[in-house]
Amino acid sequence: MGAPDRRGRHRLTTAVPARHLAGPAPGRLSRLGALVAVAMLAAPEAAALFGGHASAIAAVGAAAGRAAERPGPVARLSPAPRRAGERQASGSSAAAPRRIVSVVPAVTEMLFAMGAGDRVVGVSSFDTHPAEVKGLAKVGALLDPDVERILALRPDLVVTYASQADLVSQMRRAGVATFDYRHGGLADVPATIRALGRRLETTGTAEALAGAIEQRVAAVRGAVLGRPRPRALLVFGREPLALRNVYASGGVGFLHDMLLAAGADNVFGDVGRESVQATSELILARAPDVIVELRYGRTLTPDEVRRERETWGLLPGVPAVARSRVVVLVGDEFVVPGPRVADALERLARALHPESPGALVR
Amino acid sequence: MRASATTRPVRQRLLLTVAGFGALALAACLLAPLVGSTRIGLARVFDRSVPFAENVDAQIFFVARLPRTLAGAIVGASLAASGVVLQALLRNPLASPFTLGVSAGAALGAMLALTLAVPVALGGLTAVPIASFAGALGAVLIVYLLATVRHRGLSTEVLLLAGVTLNAFFSALILFVQYFADPSQTFRTVRWLMGDLDVSSYQPIVASLPFLATAFAVFAWLPRPLNLFALGPESAASRGVNVHAAQRAAFFSASVATGAAVSVGGPVGFVGIVVPHLVRLLVGADHRLVLPASALFGAAFLVACDVVARTALAPLELPVGVITALIGGPFFLWLLVRRR
Repeated sequence: MGAPDRRGRHRLTTAVPARHLAGPAPGRLSRLGALVAVAMLAAPEAAALFGGHASAIAAVGAAAGRAAERPGPVARLSPAPRRAGERQASGSSAAAPRRIVSVVPAVTEMLFAMGAGDRVVGVSSFDTHPAEVKGLAKVGALLDPDVERILALRPDLVVTYASQADLVSQMRRAGVATFDYRHGGLADVPATIRALGRRLETTGTAEALAGAIEQRVAAVRGAVLGRPRPRALLVFGREPLALRNVYASGGVGFLHDMLLAAGADNVFGDVGRESVQATSELILARAPDVIVELRYGRTLTPDEVRRERETWGLLPGVPAVARSRVVVLVGDEFVVPGPRVADALERLARALHPESPGALVR
Repeated sequence: MRASATTRPVRQRLLLTVAGFGALALAACLLAPLVGSTRIGLARVFDRSVPFAENVDAQIFFVARLPRTLAGAIVGASLAASGVVLQALLRNPLASPFTLGVSAGAALGAMLALTLAVPVALGGLTAVPIASFAGALGAVLIVYLLATVRHRGLSTEVLLLAGVTLNAFFSALILFVQYFADPSQTFRTVRWLMGDLDVSSYQPIVASLPFLATAFAVFAWLPRPLNLFALGPESAASRGVNVHAAQRAAFFSASVATGAAVSVGGPVGFVGIVVPHLVRLLVGADHRLVLPASALFGAAFLVACDVVARTALAPLELPVGVITALIGGPFFLWLLVRRR
């Protein structure tokens, strides 16, 4: 691997046997295998490991302590801390790739958004956006990339997660170039788009897309500037109709960045992790002014959304609950750090600042 | 049994044992709500002059910590007592409440509820506890039918093998469904498997009480047959025990208690296997003492482990199953080596 610096988190999977001990039956149940084993990492990481649409929140490789993007009067995205990985396999030509396989949903979306969708010949099993991907070959995902299918598509570029060391080395042996994708914060989205542009030799369209995203993000930052910043709890998973296994954004990563950019303070901003299990005690103690709950994957009916909002009534003392400021936002764009981040950010900002939502719309 | 133990009448020793372990359990339950990730003032918790809606300390105490402590106590007591019963029934020191497939059945139910995100609630109970209890009962019935179909009475050998196989089979089913599930749902299932006592309301506890009360009523009758099981079924029968009835009672009461406990707190590992052994080291092998002492010690142990789980890395929460395993694992290994 050319980028050992960012692989640390992934290597956590080797710690799984120890965590397995935590499982119930000292034996059977804990033997759920590698698939479940990796899921024992923090929630968003697990999501990313599967390469699913939840991948965004996740952190394959996001260094744990990386300082979050700071909000502030400077309404510009900070430059990416490092370039997204670009690697040329030895022996292959350096010409711009024409047949691309992407096992990373966020990158698939980027490729289509920057006008390179016609070069994409294969995508991950979790890709759903844009609609064009439905007709494309599915080649597995983070944990189960199907090398045979990938090679059968005769790609000249394969977009992989940086942690997929085996896949990368197999592609190298086959003489196929790879583009290593790493999760990061909000600023990494335009940075990855620019890196893709350089690789695909479409820097013009890539720059236009990245710039447009940065502009819209900056516009949201500007619009919320000077407004009161509610203390928000950003929940991205819990048991249906119960306040159990509640997972919320910690003070690091894409979701935290989104919350700050949308003009709120994160009640778990002091926790240097991407996910926090928000127990009843923590929610009561942190007393959020507003609770934003993200739902993705399955679409919820309005009735289901209402009942899920009402579930928070179990903690009536929380200011957000007492003042009816619990928002359920449904959509994959909140958890895929792709070109739709600006849409997601605008929706989030409107939810956080309902007093004058109009000013936040593009 | 130790020499000094046999000299004292059982009634007196029972009183002493229950008093001692009861005091321990009571102390754990009284102290646990006082500590947590947040500092709260006890004076303010019970300050009636502040309305409850504005009294965050009281809310944390009564809404978050108290139900959690109670959940820990009943789950710990049920798992430890079930462990004692099953170890005696199967005459196997490695048996645990999860040996006979109950936990895997419960996990399958919980996983289906989580993966399908079933938005169902029944009298304040939500899909996950209901489905896990149903899964546990389903597994229990399958194992029971297998163990009785070709035997007069209950074959403990078939029980054990069927339970272990069912565990593996359900685990494979879980994996199969998980493979097609949303990753975040997979994570939630795995997290559920590690156990979690943050019940955030009294509802799950109240719902489990009828089942637990029934099971414990049967437990109260079990110690004598369990003592005689150790001699083998023939010897037990020759001493006037209706072996088949006692086996059935032991199997179903332990299974129902385990299923109810798992529906409240998830399949918390190691309590049901380690606590009985630890208690036997302290009070001897007489089930008249081991059973009540294990229930009380199990309650104290799990409540204490949960305090560690929610304070050690606060505000980060450790899964309580991790703590029980971290403490229980090394102890159990030591016990294994010591037996040689």
